[in-house]
Amino acid sequence: MAEKSKTSIPFWRDIRKLNVLIQIVFVILVIIAGFVLVNNMQTSLDQLGKTFGFEFFQDQSSFAIPPESLEFDRTDPYWYAIVVGLVNTVKVALIGIILATILGTFMGIARLSSNWLISKIAEIYVEIIRNIPLLVQLIFWYFAVFVNLPDARFSIEFFGVFLSNRGLFLPWAFPSETFSIWAIYLGVALIIAIIAYIYRRNQLKRAERPGFPGFTAMGVFMVLAAMTWFFTGPAPLNLEFPVFGRFNFDGGIVLSTEFSALLFGLVIYTGAFISELVRAGIQAVAKGQVEAAKALGLKGSKVLQLVVLPQALRVIVPPLTSQYLNLTKNSSLAVAIGYFDVTRVANTTINQTGHGLEVIIILMACYLTLSLLISMVMNAYNRRIKLVER
Amino acid sequence: MKRILIVAFAVLLMVPGLLSSAQGGDTLAAVQARGVLNCGVNGQLPGFSGLESDGSFTGFDVDYCHAVAAAVLGDGDAVEFFPLTAPQRFDVLASGEIDLLIRNTTYTVSRDTDLGNNFAPPTFYDGQGFMVRADSGIGSVADLDGASICVGTGTTTELNLADTFAARGINFEPVVFETTDETFAAYDAGRCDAVTTDLSGLASRRTTLGNPSDHNILSEAISKEPLGPVVRHGDDNWYDIVKWTVYATFFAEEAGITSGNVGSFDRSDPEVDRFLGEISTKFGLDAGAFAAAIGAVGNYGEIYDRNVGPLGIAREGGLNASFQNGGLLYAPPFR
Repeated sequence: MAEKSKTSIPFWRDIRKLNVLIQIVFVILVIIAGFVLVNNMQTSLDQLGKTFGFEFFQDQSSFAIPPESLEFDRTDPYWYAIVVGLVNTVKVALIGIILATILGTFMGIARLSSNWLISKIAEIYVEIIRNIPLLVQLIFWYFAVFVNLPDARFSIEFFGVFLSNRGLFLPWAFPSETFSIWAIYLGVALIIAIIAYIYRRNQLKRAERPGFPGFTAMGVFMVLAAMTWFFTGPAPLNLEFPVFGRFNFDGGIVLSTEFSALLFGLVIYTGAFISELVRAGIQAVAKGQVEAAKALGLKGSKVLQLVVLPQALRVIVPPLTSQYLNLTKNSSLAVAIGYFDVTRVANTTINQTGHGLEVIIILMACYLTLSLLISMVMNAYNRRIKLVER
Repeated sequence: MKRILIVAFAVLLMVPGLLSSAQGGDTLAAVQARGVLNCGVNGQLPGFSGLESDGSFTGFDVDYCHAVAAAVLGDGDAVEFFPLTAPQRFDVLASGEIDLLIRNTTYTVSRDTDLGNNFAPPTFYDGQGFMVRADSGIGSVADLDGASICVGTGTTTELNLADTFAARGINFEPVVFETTDETFAAYDAGRCDAVTTDLSGLASRRTTLGNPSDHNILSEAISKEPLGPVVRHGDDNWYDIVKWTVYATFFAEEAGITSGNVGSFDRSDPEVDRFLGEISTKFGLDAGAFAAAIGAVGNYGEIYDRNVGPLGIAREGGLNASFQNGGLLYAPPFR
């Protein structure tokens, strides 16, 4: 017994020691790799006579960015150019996500329609769009469709909206000097609407009836907003219509050709994928569930609202998150069609300053932050709707 | 396990070698060992560097690539061309993928310093101009107030546009593209009221528009755009070779040496004799390297007349004439 304890297992046979050893070797390899990469970068930068640092972001950018969301002047620094680009990216991503979800839901439901024509149209849409690369589609929408719309002088007009190859010009309500007073009223109206929402929700719960307390709250808010509008005196918002100037329209707001084409391309493309998710989600709900709901005497719309969708959402939401992430990241293809998203601004900055490494690091941080934010929101939503396990 | 670790370690040891290849160092030796000059050009600018139907490149910038190849390798055709966009060009040069960049590139302070480049003498003195539709009624830059203007990104013209218009208090909407083709396609489709780049670029690209006669180039130039070959920092001899090959084309014109008579030219003038003979050995090249360059593409006047002349850009009385005719082209002594 005593003899046996003396002959200990050699360490290369001892699985516990080996495990630790492998980990140590791996960490050392990672450190060496990191060191080699950093050292190589430093050597290359030295050879080119370049320095690494983020100070240049303070310098004057001296290029122009078309006004898509924030105003930008050539005297503004590079970091502000990146901010403007990021806001432009968020703008197209956010609107794109909303519209793609709506389009995808409709197309997904249409695909399951018992109407042959509707389901075929949805099928053709999905099969064509998701099998053509997005970059090709964007170039098509921009250079073949949007830029070939009529010239600004001969723009298509409908209800004060002008569509031309310069963009979509919309009437827009701009706040007047009495807007701040109205804003206070609106704040009060919002609080009342929230109270109404909670009251209505509890009422429905007690009565054990389905319904949308949100609609009630919205109605309350709109009635109050309309009433206070007249109390404020001069109109708090002025409606402004686009008017043709020398080259272009003034007044109202404009969705530039580049923005419209990018948004259109992203929505159509992502919508096709989302429609497949919606279809899969609905089909994942067991047939018996629908039959049981019908047997209980629920109407068609109630079956969808109370039985099918809540169960389908559990299947749809996790992959939907990755579609939202895809859309956001795909918006960087804007470089091909002249929309000033954050990638485009980063490219221009690299080109004018030569600080590629620093700008790319910032760019990656931008996309990472956006993606993590989207994931966070969607994961929170997913937790809310997932099956409650008891 | 052990075997995997050994392989992983071997790969790791190779990484620095793989990543730091072909940077700095001796470009001349690298080019001669390769037997081919890697030359970055535009490729979308007929007259300067355009793609022919048989896949070859022709143009003013392309001829300078041929001239350097002839001087360095003795064969003007030993060139591989790399068509590059404006935003790509300096990164590709810095990475060592090309030896020489001749892509209608404007010589500026920040490109010389921040971007780590060396500029050979300008081969073409230009200025930034505007092209508009003839029926638009735009006659001068001041008329462009409120206009949409198409411009390529990563260019000096993009910066000049913002600077000049701000200084003059003119508003404009920039519509910015990555490549020359995209910029002019959008203009041709009517997305912009005007398109801006160097005047030579406008003349070149006008020939590619749907209906060239429908477009006017405004005579006003809003900037100085000296265009020339570029090499990266860190190899002085290579920079000297490129620089003096450019001067060689100037000198040949001053002396009356052409691609036709270079073989039989009277060498009684000592400077001409040095130029055609041994002076190139000072750069580590063969004797007669500059004669080979002239033999391949001709002197400056020949290069200009062959490529830029057909675009209708007059040379007489302009900046691109030889100093003997009141221009800016002037070769330092070959001694």
